[in-house]
Amino acid sequence: MLDLGAPMLNRIKTTTWALSSLFLPFVGLGLWAALNPDGGPTAWGLSVKYGCVLSLCFAVFWAGRQGLITSFIARRFISLVIVLVGASTLVFGALRMAPGDPVDAILGEQAPAEARDRLTTALCLDAPLLEQYDRCFWDQVLDGSLGQTFDVQPQPVIDLIVENFPATAELALAGMVVALLFAFPLGFVAALKRARWPDHLASTFALVGIATPTFWLGPMLLLAFTVSVDWLPSPARTDEPLAALVLPALTLGTALAAKLTRMIRSSLLEVMADDYVVTARAKGIPQSALLIKHVLPNALIPVVTVMGLQFGALLTGAIITEKIFARPGIGTLLLEAIVERNYPVVQGTVLLIATTYVLINLLVDLLYGVIDPRVRFES
Amino acid sequence: MKRRSDQWARRLPYWLGGGAVLTLLLVAIFAPYLAPYPPDAVNLVNELSGPSARHWLGTDENGADLLSLIIHGARVAAIVGFCTVAVCSVVGVTVGAISGYFGGLIDELVMRVIDILMAFPGILLAILIIALTESPSVWAVIFALSVTGWAGYARLVRGQVLSLRERSFVTAARAVGAPAWWIIFRHLIPNVMAPVIVQGTFGIAGAILAEAGLSFLGLGPDGVPSWGALLDQGARFFLVNGQLALFPGLAIAVSVMGINLLGDALRDRWDPRRRA
Repeated sequence: MLDLGAPMLNRIKTTTWALSSLFLPFVGLGLWAALNPDGGPTAWGLSVKYGCVLSLCFAVFWAGRQGLITSFIARRFISLVIVLVGASTLVFGALRMAPGDPVDAILGEQAPAEARDRLTTALCLDAPLLEQYDRCFWDQVLDGSLGQTFDVQPQPVIDLIVENFPATAELALAGMVVALLFAFPLGFVAALKRARWPDHLASTFALVGIATPTFWLGPMLLLAFTVSVDWLPSPARTDEPLAALVLPALTLGTALAAKLTRMIRSSLLEVMADDYVVTARAKGIPQSALLIKHVLPNALIPVVTVMGLQFGALLTGAIITEKIFARPGIGTLLLEAIVERNYPVVQGTVLLIATTYVLINLLVDLLYGVIDPRVRFES
Repeated sequence: MKRRSDQWARRLPYWLGGGAVLTLLLVAIFAPYLAPYPPDAVNLVNELSGPSARHWLGTDENGADLLSLIIHGARVAAIVGFCTVAVCSVVGVTVGAISGYFGGLIDELVMRVIDILMAFPGILLAILIIALTESPSVWAVIFALSVTGWAGYARLVRGQVLSLRERSFVTAARAVGAPAWWIIFRHLIPNVMAPVIVQGTFGIAGAILAEAGLSFLGLGPDGVPSWGALLDQGARFFLVNGQLALFPGLAIAVSVMGINLLGDALRDRWDPRRRA
């Protein structure tokens, strides 16, 4: 009897798994093509194409598991691709799982059969799911148009997005600036004057700020600053873009300011209790140098992560803020498209927001490596 | 004497938070008995009136009593808040525990799915799902919020289980021949419940805010009074009648604040490592 020993057996097991997983997609998709009577050559072609794609994914996946991909950036890039493809498949799936016939929703049930047929073909609804995914989803994503709008005069969805995105980006950035302007001073003061009135004030602000809904704060600010006292121009004014941005930015940024205040406070307190800070203080380093050079770099690490994670919340919060202040932007575009059941626009805007969010998270991760060299050498 | 007052101050968040949660639940359960008018009682003669003895918080543009609408709105808030967290935590804890306990390929796949779901701004997928639903019910909203919501619990539980499964009581259970499901449900999950309950408490507040946000965008449950939808209506008339937007917003803010206070208190108690 051949005794291979546990490590060798393990390796054989893993390799078998890895190799068979390369063939599994072909087997599955081949079965699908064989069982799909109307598919014909397209179905076989597609099953080979997606079989290759899935096998490639598995190969990269196994390579990652075996520790063959060591570069931090390469690992992050691979997971970025996985997340982006997964998220867009999710959007595709959600739109296809919608109950009811989209043709009915768009044309009404009494529409003539010819018009219904034309729309069904235009929407790709007559094709099998995998073909829809290939022809009507990825082709449109990859050629950059994101599909055509359901309008009398169709135009590429990407044009609408490019037109509306700057307003939303401006709002989200302004919200971030507001959040930082509030959170840094408050968080610092709270940590330095722990358990005294500035700390209580900052904690109360954080508690109230997190609980206050954006869509309540907005109208109240509007009521206070443009109706009761005429300090700020109405946000609808286009001739004073900067002043008109103040209230929306405050509305959007307050909740984030509250979260960041807490985060900065607790992070500073934690680092300030570390042994190395106590040592530095014992050596007689002045308070300001201690804070800036020794405490801040370490305390900022979790804060940067939260900032990145919350940027997605800002983008989705912008949808609500845009509605309150009747500002143009991606959110307004999305809501209008939902009301009109203009699905390609819904799909495009959701994809764009998700992609922006994922890319920002990647950026934060890379930034993380710059701020904290330890991250680059771990895992 | 000082010690007693100190103790009382330390327990204040429990009382405030617990009180808020209890009030929300009681108002939601007994809404029809507490509300002075049925929520759909319209009185077109008396629209957009200010606070008065008959209508404590005034009336909306249909002449419906705002106080009654807010009291009935607590039902939607409570149902969505508690049910979303129930669904998310049951799914998340189970998936996370299985993934963490077995490890290997299952774990890797589950983690990728979680990565994808967490990479997606949760409310965006909810907007998408509700937008595609014809006349969404409260359950549709709960489903929409749960689709991405469970991922956070799963990640939390997986992390805990990864360290727990190496502990000797798990090895001992395995040694006496306990099956995997027994170890997972009787030994691992009870040990990770504290952080799950803390996260669930914050989750209730998050779900209430999310539901109100969806309703504000016109994507809330159909045909039932919801705080977000009331706020949306109120915001349209707030130049005529400010309290229409003021009070639904206060209801949301106070509930969310109370629940968050309770969450903070529970976290400080059970998870001192992450004490803020």
